[in-house]
Amino acid sequence: MLRYVISRLLYTIPTLLGVAVLVFFMLRVVPGDIVEVKLRGDGGTVSQEVIEMERKRMGLDKPLLEQFGSWMVGVVTLNFGNSMWTERPVMEEIRLRLELSLQVAIMATIIAVFIAIPLGTMAALFRDTWIDYATRIITIGGLSIPSFWFGMLIMLSLLGFFNWLPPITFTPIYVDPVANLTQLIWPALAVGYRYCAVVARMIRSSLLEVLNEDYIRTARAKGVYEKLVISRHALRNALLPAITVIGLEFTFLIGGLVVTEQVFNLNGIGQLFVQSVSRNDFTLIQGMVMLIAAFYVFVNLAVDLLYAVFDPRIRYT
Amino acid sequence: MEGLSFHVDPGEIVAIVGESGSGKSVSALSIMRLLPRHTARIPRGRVNFNGRNLLELDDEQMREIRGRDISMIFQEPMTSLNPILTIGMQITEPLLIHMGMTAEQARARAVELLGLVGIPDPARRLDQYPHQFSGGMRQRVMIAIGLACNPKLIIADEPTTALDVTIQAQILELMKDLSRKLNIALIIITHNLGVVARYADRVIVMYAAQLVEQGDADPVFHQPRHPYTMGLLRSVPRLDRPRGAKLETIEGLPPNAAAPPAGCRFAPRCPYRIPICDTEPPLLKTDTGGLSRCHRHDEIAAGKIVWAASDAALQTALAQSATPLLSVRHLVKHFAVAGGLRENRGVVRAVEDVNFDIYPGETLGLVGESGCGKTTVGRLILQLEEPTAGEIRFEGVDLAKTSAAELKAVRRKVQVIFQDPYSSLNPRMTVGQIIGEPLHVYKLAPDRKAAETRVAQLLEQVGLRPEMAARYPHQLSGGQRQRVGIARALAMEPSFIVCDEAVSALDVSIQGQIINLLEDLQRRLGLAYLFIAHDLAVVRHISMRVVVMYFGRIMEIADRDEIYREPLHPYTKVLLDAAPVPDPAVEKDRAPRLITGELPSHLAPPTGCVFNTRCPMASEECRQIVPPLREVRPGHYAACIKV
Repeated sequence: MLRYVISRLLYTIPTLLGVAVLVFFMLRVVPGDIVEVKLRGDGGTVSQEVIEMERKRMGLDKPLLEQFGSWMVGVVTLNFGNSMWTERPVMEEIRLRLELSLQVAIMATIIAVFIAIPLGTMAALFRDTWIDYATRIITIGGLSIPSFWFGMLIMLSLLGFFNWLPPITFTPIYVDPVANLTQLIWPALAVGYRYCAVVARMIRSSLLEVLNEDYIRTARAKGVYEKLVISRHALRNALLPAITVIGLEFTFLIGGLVVTEQVFNLNGIGQLFVQSVSRNDFTLIQGMVMLIAAFYVFVNLAVDLLYAVFDPRIRYT
Repeated sequence: MEGLSFHVDPGEIVAIVGESGSGKSVSALSIMRLLPRHTARIPRGRVNFNGRNLLELDDEQMREIRGRDISMIFQEPMTSLNPILTIGMQITEPLLIHMGMTAEQARARAVELLGLVGIPDPARRLDQYPHQFSGGMRQRVMIAIGLACNPKLIIADEPTTALDVTIQAQILELMKDLSRKLNIALIIITHNLGVVARYADRVIVMYAAQLVEQGDADPVFHQPRHPYTMGLLRSVPRLDRPRGAKLETIEGLPPNAAAPPAGCRFAPRCPYRIPICDTEPPLLKTDTGGLSRCHRHDEIAAGKIVWAASDAALQTALAQSATPLLSVRHLVKHFAVAGGLRENRGVVRAVEDVNFDIYPGETLGLVGESGCGKTTVGRLILQLEEPTAGEIRFEGVDLAKTSAAELKAVRRKVQVIFQDPYSSLNPRMTVGQIIGEPLHVYKLAPDRKAAETRVAQLLEQVGLRPEMAARYPHQLSGGQRQRVGIARALAMEPSFIVCDEAVSALDVSIQGQIINLLEDLQRRLGLAYLFIAHDLAVVRHISMRVVVMYFGRIMEIADRDEIYREPLHPYTKVLLDAAPVPDPAVEKDRAPRLITGELPSHLAPPTGCVFNTRCPMASEECRQIVPPLREVRPGHYAACIKV
């Protein structure tokens, strides 16, 4: 098991190296120059000399390979350099946003899983009854309503019915948990709805499949209580495919919530991403892409290891 | 299923026999009330168990009976255990629920049960999961679960169908002993008449969802009083009899269960049908004390109706040709098994030093249990796998050294018929397209018209109507699909066909039809067959010579009748002993030699003779010497140092 984890971790090195090469050189191919955006972006005229000087100061005049090399040396030591725009360290810029995005993602996952498991189970057990149909309407709604629009609905109804709006400035949870949660519960709900719909449908279909398995018939033939047949024999098997979906959705939430963050005025990773791209802030973009790639790799590893916990047939050696 | 009535006494074994779709499993599940709720209903009838009508109990009362008083053993040991729960958990579950035991008591009882069903080292194995057990071992676990609460009745639905013959004998002996010892009533549902003859006290024969005959085992086998039973008994190839003639078969197909024929349901296939058969026969008492659903059962009893013996005796005389069509020399196939990410590879020796010849027009039977390498041999001959070593010569040409063009010509002459008629035909192609495809690929027909004519001709050759060409595989029955598979093979005008378990998936009456067709085609077209199968009786019937394989090696080669009359190798002997014969009188006189143990692991093969771990005659020498295959008598080879 430990050997497997170590070898999987070693395999992440070439993956991340590939990501690094791709993002670094693709950014250089795209037209646009951070210095020009920074100095001339507001319409002012700046002489070519000043621009060249600025480029030199940032090290953009050096050969590409040398730039890449020094960046890579930094990456290995977890020093992603400074943002070209704010001049603050990339790690620091990301850390603030990541804290918020990660919290929203975790809260959304908790909400989604806790609602999806009973919802999907009920739909499967009461297949083709009104319970199943109601669940279907709810879940298809979750799949088809965009999260940001649902977020706007939440905000408008809070305002309309309670004449109240959640706080719009971020307080870390260790500073003031109540203020933190009253702000973040709403975006977590907004994205959690879609998430929950995906997981609930997955659980419904895999549970229906499992209920047809021979070992469920065996359990009933043993005279096991129906409740135990469902919870011990069926549901544990049915959760396996749901784990994959949960992992995939979770990584998506880290970087993919651009519009929802805007609706709730959250300064998250999604916002930062869009900002840095529009400013041609190469170092920041590179740092964020590396971060999200690493997230994908590690969440996938975690999903694979979770599989082994749930399914004794899977053993990693 | 309708109108089924029977009873079982404590300590008695009742067998329900019938072909697929005859309603035998449905009857078992309805006793347990385990039929799917939204599709199945039980409109009428009673199931009396210890004086209570099970059909009137509420769900909770029924749940209490399941597992405690009545338990059930299912057909598929591979899927009937929950893969993510430990064996111990699955055995103790009914004990905790029904007997109110504590966890320690239940665990102690589980250890006892695993010992009872013959699983070594039970305490350790309780903490393992189903995938760590072989098929036979899992079925033992299922039996342990069934026995857990000392039930009064056990229903076993095809308990050994998925198992090898030596394991089948072990499991059935175990069930029989336990039933007698613990006074448990046992209902065995099976399609295997040999199993019925060996183990059952009473027999219930089902056909098209009805009981057609019932009685004590002896009279049902020796004096059947229903034409279906008579036909069924005659269409099984017999292990204990030399092949005299063509197999007798019941013509036609079982009726569609959704729209059974009016009157006697067997009448459309019955050779003794008379006008009165258009009215539905009641269950009538017979002279032998049983019941028969036939208007003419008394005429059968009086001997006025006898199953017409089939016409021509089969010509088995074979012009011994001097040159073999196919010859296999020192054939070896190893598979590499990847273990983990690092090089931790093992080697599975699937086929080890196999030699045999097949002559034109001959059928060579290849028997063995699962994992013995028989299918791999077939795949090597078909060039679907590359041999690790050794040579395969077809018509004198070494297949490993031929050019691509020559190989293509050989491929045409060497064809295959697969086991599963359900998955080996492309569901999106019509029968005509399936059979016609090779004609186009090999340009065997000059134009479309000629191809269509040829397809029609092939369909007639295998006993199907030419209109079938427009149908899709799912519109055909299992037997018809297997005929299509045969027609597809014949389209290439082969001289040699590998039949890989070609009749194993078919019902008894259909199996006989296909075997007759294969023999018929052999006589007319001079085909040679390599007939790979695990059913010893079928192999005996169809083959001229038989090769017995075990664990990748040939154990014995001999003439068909010789190998069954005087087997030399201890493995062949136990294999023959383990296979039950459909005749209770014969079975009573046989004391089956039981083989113990399981197949050894392919990753850690035994040293010396591969059979030494299970052989009753094994000695120290056997663990050291790999016995060569030698000619003990003229034409009779065995690989054993003790003969």
